[in-house]
Amino acid sequence: MQTPAPVGYAKATSVSDALALLKKHGEDSRIVAGGHSLIPMMRLRIAAPEALIDINDVAELKGISIEGNEIVIGAMVRHAEVLSSPILAEHYAIFREAEKLIADPIVRNRGTIGGSMCQADPSEDLSAVGAALKGSVVIQSASGSRTVALRDFHEGPYMTKVAQTEILTQVRFPIRPGAGSAYEKVERRVGDWPVASAGTYVVVSNGVVADCGIGLTAVGAEHFCAPEAEAFLIGKEPTEENLSAAAQLAADACNPFSDQRGPADYKKHLAHELTLRALRRSAAASQGA
Amino acid sequence: MQITLTVNGTEYTRDVEPRMLLVHFIRDELLLRGTHWGCDTSNCGTCTLWVDGEPVKSCTMLAVMADGRAIRTVEGLANGAELDPIQQGFIECHGLQCGFCTPGMMMTGRWLLDNNPNPSEGEIRECISGQICRCTGYKNIVSAIQWAAEHPATSEVTS
Ligand SMILES: Cc1cc2nc3c(=O)[nH]c(=O)nc-3n(C[C@H](O)[C@H](O)[C@H](O)COP(=O)(O)OP(=O)(O)OC[C@H]3O[C@@H](n4cnc5c(N)ncnc54)[C@H](O)[C@@H]3O)c2cc1C
Ligand code: FES
Ligand code: FES
Repeated sequence: MQTPAPVGYAKATSVSDALALLKKHGEDSRIVAGGHSLIPMMRLRIAAPEALIDINDVAELKGISIEGNEIVIGAMVRHAEVLSSPILAEHYAIFREAEKLIADPIVRNRGTIGGSMCQADPSEDLSAVGAALKGSVVIQSASGSRTVALRDFHEGPYMTKVAQTEILTQVRFPIRPGAGSAYEKVERRVGDWPVASAGTYVVVSNGVVADCGIGLTAVGAEHFCAPEAEAFLIGKEPTEENLSAAAQLAADACNPFSDQRGPADYKKHLAHELTLRALRRSAAASQGA
Repeated sequence: MQITLTVNGTEYTRDVEPRMLLVHFIRDELLLRGTHWGCDTSNCGTCTLWVDGEPVKSCTMLAVMADGRAIRTVEGLANGAELDPIQQGFIECHGLQCGFCTPGMMMTGRWLLDNNPNPSEGEIRECISGQICRCTGYKNIVSAIQWAAEHPATSEVTS
């Protein structure tokens, strides 16, 4: 039976308490949120932290709210809450569409948005959503907090701007009136990680694309986004031809590799097709179709 | 580390290593062997039990993380000698063969019906999608949950 290596444990009561505990337990201590990435890794002994700092009871990390022009999601908000949130559903269909395809309902009862961002798996679905919507995260340290754009957050696979002595406290998304959004994923079986996924938002105004965002995961897109494809679409009519050309630019910028989930050329094909489908539906939703 | 939690309404206090998984605590410390353990990858779902009213894969939670919480396991489904409708449904519809996946399926099924008393077949299938059955082909599990939906308990059992 696979059991984690011996580990210390402390339950944090607040963000400042968690930061103090991280300091006290030293550089091999780690935050545990939902534990649905970290505990499987500890069981397989891919991860062996010295101590876990449990933030499940930290009230200030919970809840979804609106502050000014932004939606603010606490780091401890679980997948199930993202899936069922009326605030998110009102502004961005992409959250519901993505969450319905992340793992299964039982895993979604535990896994969190903060944990998903910090895990930074190259196939993380919420990373594509965050990049598509050009969201940001708030990172807290003992000396203060800073905001980092999600398109600037990942330093590489499983690596982010969150240092060991820091905690991700919030994920924030700008509200865009009139935006339509969508998420498309191909998985080998229900509840699996993606072979490829694409998420987009489009704002159509006066018949042309005024604003858009494209996020991709599992296909080797740098920072999970496709800025050239976005730039191409701005000011153009959302015709099938233009959307497909943009999707092709997005696919061209991807660098997938072959693995047990599929060969690289298939994933590249999916990057185009899924981006196109998401753009089509986003543009239609923005135009009230 | 000392933890105190309630399981099926009974309070337990035990000294555990922080690395102990909740599924092993329930099975090996409390000797409640109804909850099964079947994989190392959080995929099979046979370890599913409730923590504070919500199903959780107990192989992916540490026992220390359950300190202070209320657990409900498959042993907590029946009300004395009276089976929960979900249990009766598995009998009526032949919802199990080897029975390995059954405790997890029943805990998830009960939760689904508590939140959605009349689920569609699609909703049932989605709800158990994190659980693997190697025997039944799922058809009879879906029927068992449907049977339970059609035969709600007259006296509600509380967790
Ligand atoms: C069976 C299964 C299927 C899955 N399928 C999918 C899928 O299809 N798509 C998908 O995207 N994901 C999938 N996941 C992953 C799931 O979404 C995880 O819940 C998520 O990746 C991590 O969230 P968590 O809260 O469980 O993080 P944890 O496991 O608690 O933490 C993950 C990492 O982030 C760090 N961390 C967590 N929170 C913070 C914080 N606030 N500040 C600083 N560091 C923090 C931890 O130290 C750890 O290093 C699946 C998981 C399982 C078990
Ligand atoms: S034993 Fe928990 S999911 Fe398999
Ligand atoms: S009855 Fe055998 S695994 Fe489901």
